[in-house]
This record gives sequence, structure tokens and C-alpha cells, in this order.
Amino acid sequence: MSEALSSTRAIPAAGPLPSSLQFNEEGRLRHLLTIEGLPQTLITEILDTAESFASMNAQAVKKVPLLRGKTVVNLFFEASTRTRTTFELAAKRLSADVLNMNISTSATTKGESLLDTLRNLEAMYVDMFVVRHESSGAAHFFARHVAPHVSVLNAGDGRHAHPTQALLDMFTIRRHKQDFTRLRVAIVGDILHSRVARSQIHALNILNTGEIRVIAPQSLLPAQVESLGVHVYNDIRQGLKDVDVIIMLRLQRERMESGLLPSEHEFFQLYGLTQERLALAHPDCIVMHPGPANRGVEIDSRVADGPRSVILEQVTYGIAVRMAVMSMIMGGSVTP
Amino acid sequence: MRLLIENAHLLDPAQGIDRVTDIYIQKENVVALGEAPRDFEPQRRIDAAGRLVIPGVVDMAARLREPGQEHKATVASETRAAASSGITTLVCPPDTNPPVDSPAEVELITRRAKQACGVRVHALGALSAGLAGEQLSEMAALKRAGVLGVSQALKPMASHLLLRRAMEYAASHGLTVFLHPIDWSLNAKGCVHEGPVGTRLGLPGIPAAAETAALGTILALTEQTGARVHLCRLSTARGAQMLARARHDGLPISADVAAHQLFLTDMDVADFNSLCHVMPPLRSQRDREGLRQAVADGAISVICSDHQPHEADAKLAPFAQTLPGISSLETLLPLTLRLAEEGVLSRAEAVRRITANPAAILGLPVGTLAPGHRADLCIIDTEAIYRPEAESWLSQGRNSPFFGWEFAGRVTHTLVAGRVVFEQTGR
Repeated sequence: MSEALSSTRAIPAAGPLPSSLQFNEEGRLRHLLTIEGLPQTLITEILDTAESFASMNAQAVKKVPLLRGKTVVNLFFEASTRTRTTFELAAKRLSADVLNMNISTSATTKGESLLDTLRNLEAMYVDMFVVRHESSGAAHFFARHVAPHVSVLNAGDGRHAHPTQALLDMFTIRRHKQDFTRLRVAIVGDILHSRVARSQIHALNILNTGEIRVIAPQSLLPAQVESLGVHVYNDIRQGLKDVDVIIMLRLQRERMESGLLPSEHEFFQLYGLTQERLALAHPDCIVMHPGPANRGVEIDSRVADGPRSVILEQVTYGIAVRMAVMSMIMGGSVTP
Repeated sequence: MRLLIENAHLLDPAQGIDRVTDIYIQKENVVALGEAPRDFEPQRRIDAAGRLVIPGVVDMAARLREPGQEHKATVASETRAAASSGITTLVCPPDTNPPVDSPAEVELITRRAKQACGVRVHALGALSAGLAGEQLSEMAALKRAGVLGVSQALKPMASHLLLRRAMEYAASHGLTVFLHPIDWSLNAKGCVHEGPVGTRLGLPGIPAAAETAALGTILALTEQTGARVHLCRLSTARGAQMLARARHDGLPISADVAAHQLFLTDMDVADFNSLCHVMPPLRSQRDREGLRQAVADGAISVICSDHQPHEADAKLAPFAQTLPGISSLETLLPLTLRLAEEGVLSRAEAVRRITANPAAILGLPVGTLAPGHRADLCIIDTEAIYRPEAESWLSQGRNSPFFGWEFAGRVTHTLVAGRVVFEQTGR
């Protein structure tokens, strides 16, 4: 007669982790979608590679033939001249051919047309897509659907990740500070909407940073942000005490309209980085900003242009870091 | 037609039966259990030795997509999928296109169902005209057309005042009101549970308070209006506690949960898996345990499929742009049986939550195989181990995160009113 239903077996494995999608079968970096899950050795390798490109970028001849014959498409669904330009320069200095595509998302609101866009470009034998999109997970979506010979480099997806920005920030910090384990780093401002902050937090944690702080009102912090491995401060005076690195984030004007903040004025009063507040930090503290900065909203001009600011260095290093990532992904992993 | 199901292990929670017996069916009804009625000469015998027989499954929420979204699914395709999975009665929410807010849509669905495989199909009517949430629907006309209740589906009501009026009006016509406890302003543009996973993925979150705030309103209005209310698709542990407290205090309110909420959590979204994009969202492990507890205690008395078949493109986009929902008719029974296997509740209680309990809330004379009742039942080969796959799936919607899971217990026959509407062939 019928027995009780036999007990069931293990629950199947979930899909690949975000990190595993980034590597090919030999364990080489195939896509760069997120910092999360990257081994520390790989981040160090990227930063070391970027060092060699950084010195090259200062020379009169700035071009190497590493990616000659490769085609890179900058696929930007969200406007960004600055970021796109650094990717473009990075690819050109590696001798790749570059195509810039600015696609308004209104033309591709349906998934099928997004896939269609991808398929059409793939048919032109592209080697790498540099993708920026307003939706979190867009780079993963592309990576999951591209042909096997194509790589995806995430240039910012929604609130999720902006890995090359975080890498260039680590590069900048490493140039000024030796040992991450002794550092206190504070990230200030709109953490909730910031893909930059998320990627920075992952990178800082992988590099065993001594302490990572986020400073913002509760309305600009994502739920249970502590779970990312940070300490939360609602008060900037307490939060900046003795820190070695301050990273300011850009505040978008829409935040006032959606009721997260009363006004730019009050935000600056409470969270703006002024010289007086900078004095609370460690005397050697550096000030960073992913740009473009809203002067008088999140940062005082005297600080942005002051001696502690490394904001322009970040821009310079951005090219070297992007060259490093592109050459590591495409150099050798794709047969010409 | 006289049919004898021999040597069946009958599990009928409504009658408290859990033993091997013979089931005698004449025309549409069960006429006897165990002892043959006098002069009963069966025209067909089904040997169910070693198999389990339960009353046909009553699924309280299944989108069949007709009218208006036949590219996703049809009444014909989905009732076939239902029959293969032991479901004999289906209830469609009113959010079709156009919505079920007049007798015409009810009649269309009923007509399509008559042309299909024989699974019973019922509809809920819209609580507001066009589900727009601004004006009451013609509930009396809907009731005459045969709806089992009224629902606002996944659409907001313009105000609490209008919700109150709608509940009062439904109560005056003896219609049960099926409400999703979702505060749409707190829900905002969220697409995942607000918590560590959503934070990590950078996806806009839906706080648990979107459910509990709406639940607070509904409980207050239920008490105020005396309407008969059924809560649809609870998703939080806190919500389940509020429900249990209200029932304990004597409020006549019932609730259901989608089967997937008892197995998946927000962790399953972790790789931007759009197949796990549902509304309300998959929540935390703690919420899942709280829901399981409420199902075991009986505070949540119904498990439903919340079936939402989609075309492939609906899930092919960055996560937030995909459409929520799982094609889940074919996993309702296996997941419910698995709850019993995992020791959450007894097999009899698990079966009660997909048979007698939903039948009672819907006011349908099904969900039991007591003599004199309709012979709606399914026969399950409990030894059969299988993995659902997209290729052998019958629903037109292939959007299931459960492909590849291993289940024990396969439906071999499904009968509606004594007629075999599904019979496993081959294998």
C-alpha cells in the first residue's frame, strides 16, 4: 500500500553567483560586472597593471597596440559624456576601434528590443560592450545573453554597480595611502541611489580596509546597509572624526522632489563637506568625489579645489584603470 | 457511467479519512466508499493500489489570461495544465483585459471553459469599475453572472473611503471581498523585498510595511463594515501575525499564501533571476518561516498557485523591467505535498489547504469525496520521482523557477464530476 511520500532530496543550486558569471572556464576575467566576489589578488593585479598604463599615459606617445583589431562598443543607455570619454580614450590608447552608441531608453523600453539591440551589434563582430544602463542588473542581463566571444564591461547599472569607478578610486587611494588595513574611509551622501558607493564598499572590504563608514540621513541609506560591512553615521561630525579618506557622492536634484530631503540648502548645512568639517578628519586625509561635483550642495569649492582634494587625479587614473581592465579581459582571451 | 476506483489510499481531510478503500462513482457523484452499493456494476475500474487519492485541488488564484492576453495563455491551455496537476477547480482573478467588471467577461470565461477539458473555472468580479479604483462595479449584476466574489486584484483603490463603500456594498450582496494587502504608495516602484539582498543588488525595495500598513486598514474596515473578507497572498511574517491576532479576536477573516512564498526567499533573486520576480516580492527567510508557521497553525488556511503565465519576452529584460509572476499551476500540488514531507504540517492538513478550505471560502460544494458529493478527485503515484522541465510543461507560460527541482508524487488521473479529464499515458 501507499507509503508516506518519500522524503525529498536537496534543493537545487540557485543560479551562478554574480561573481562566477564574470569568469570563463579557465578562471580568467571574461566580463567585469561587479566588484562583489572578485578575489583580492585580481583587484591587486588590475591596480598593478593600471600603474604601468598610468606612467605611459604621461608620456608623449600614449598608444600601445595591445588591442589592435578589436572592436569596442560603448553602449550608453544613460547620458554620460565624461565616463564615456574615458572609456573611449582607454580603448583608443590600446589601439582598439571604438564605436559610441547613445541609445535613449525610451526607444528600448521592452526587453525584446534591448535583446534586439544586442543581437544587431553582435552581428557586426564586436569584441566588447561597455554598457551603461539605468536599470540595476542590466550588465548581468547583457552578459548572460551575449555570444561566447563577446565581453561585457559594466560602466554603471542603475543603483547596483560601477566597478571601474571603484577600481580607479582604490587606485587613487593606494597612490596616497599604503596600507588599506589601517585606513578609515568615510562615504558621504546619497548612498541609497549610488552604484559607486556599493562598488566602493565591496572593493574596500575585499582590500581589508580598517573601517568603512557611511554618513547620510536614514532616507538616503538603503535598508540594512550595515549588511554590506559598513558603520552608519547620521551625524557628519562624528562620522568624519579621524578618517583618512573622505568620498563625497553627488546629490541628484530629483531627491528633493521624491521627498527624501527637504532642500539642497539643508543638505549642505547637515552633510556638506566644508573646511571646518574637514578639520575633524585625520590631518593627511584626502578628499575624493566621483564627479561631477555639485559645489555648494555636497562640497564647498574651497575643499573641492583645496590641497587635500584628489578629484582631478581620479579622472586621470580612470583612463589607466580602464585600460588595465580592457586589456586583461580582451588581451589573450579572444583569438583574433 | 459507473466507475470503481479500487484499493485507493483515500486521503479526504474533510471526512477525516486516511485509509485504503474503494471509491464508487455513479454519473457525476461519489455514491459510496468501501462497501459497494447494491447492484453496482462498474463500467470501468481503475486499480489505484499503492496510490493516493485526494479530492480535486481547488486553486483560488490562477490567471488564465483570457480575455485579452492570449499570447500569454488561454483557458484551454491552462485548464489542460491544471488537469495534469490534479486541479479540478480554478478561480480567475478579475485582472484580465478588459477586466471582469460586467457579465460579458464572466460569460466569455465560462464559455471558453465549457469548450476546454472540463476543469471547473470560476471568476472573481472586479471590485471597482474597470479595476480603476474610482467607482464601484455593478456587483449585483456580476453576482447574477456567477462570480464567486469581488476583488481589486493588484490595483489600488483611490481612497480608504471608497474601499469602505465597496466593502459595504459587497456585503449587502453577500459577496466575499478578496483583497491584496498592499499599500501601493509604500510599494512605490519597488520590485524586491526591502532588505540586504535588495540593498546589495541596488534594486528598489518594497518594505514589509507595505503589507502591514494595508493589512491594518483592511482589518479596521472589516471590523467596521462586517464584510466577509479574504486576504490574498500574504508575504510577511508580521502580516501573518496580525492576521492570527485578528482571527483570535474573532474577526471572520481568512487568508491565503502563494505556494512559492513557502519555498523561495529574496536570496533566490540574488543573481537578478527574473523568474523570481513576483508581487508581493519574495521576502526574507524569517518571513518564509513565519508564513509556514501560519499555514501550520491554520491562520493561513489556503495555499494557492497564484499562477501567472507569461510569454518568454516578459522575463527577458533587466530585472526591474520584467513582469512579475510565476507559471505555477503545475507546482501547486507538488509544493504543497512537499510541505508535509518537510514536516511543516501533516499530509492531511496540507491537502486540506488546497481542497476543503478553499472550497469552503468560495462557497463551492467541492473539496471532499463524501458520498453524495461531486466526484472531483485526483490519483497520485506517490512513488514517482520527477523533475519538471520546460519541454514537458503544459502551461503556455514557461516562467517557472522550479524547473529542475525534484518532486515525489505524480498525478496519474484527474476526474471532474466522475469524468476522466487527465490520464497519464506512457512512461
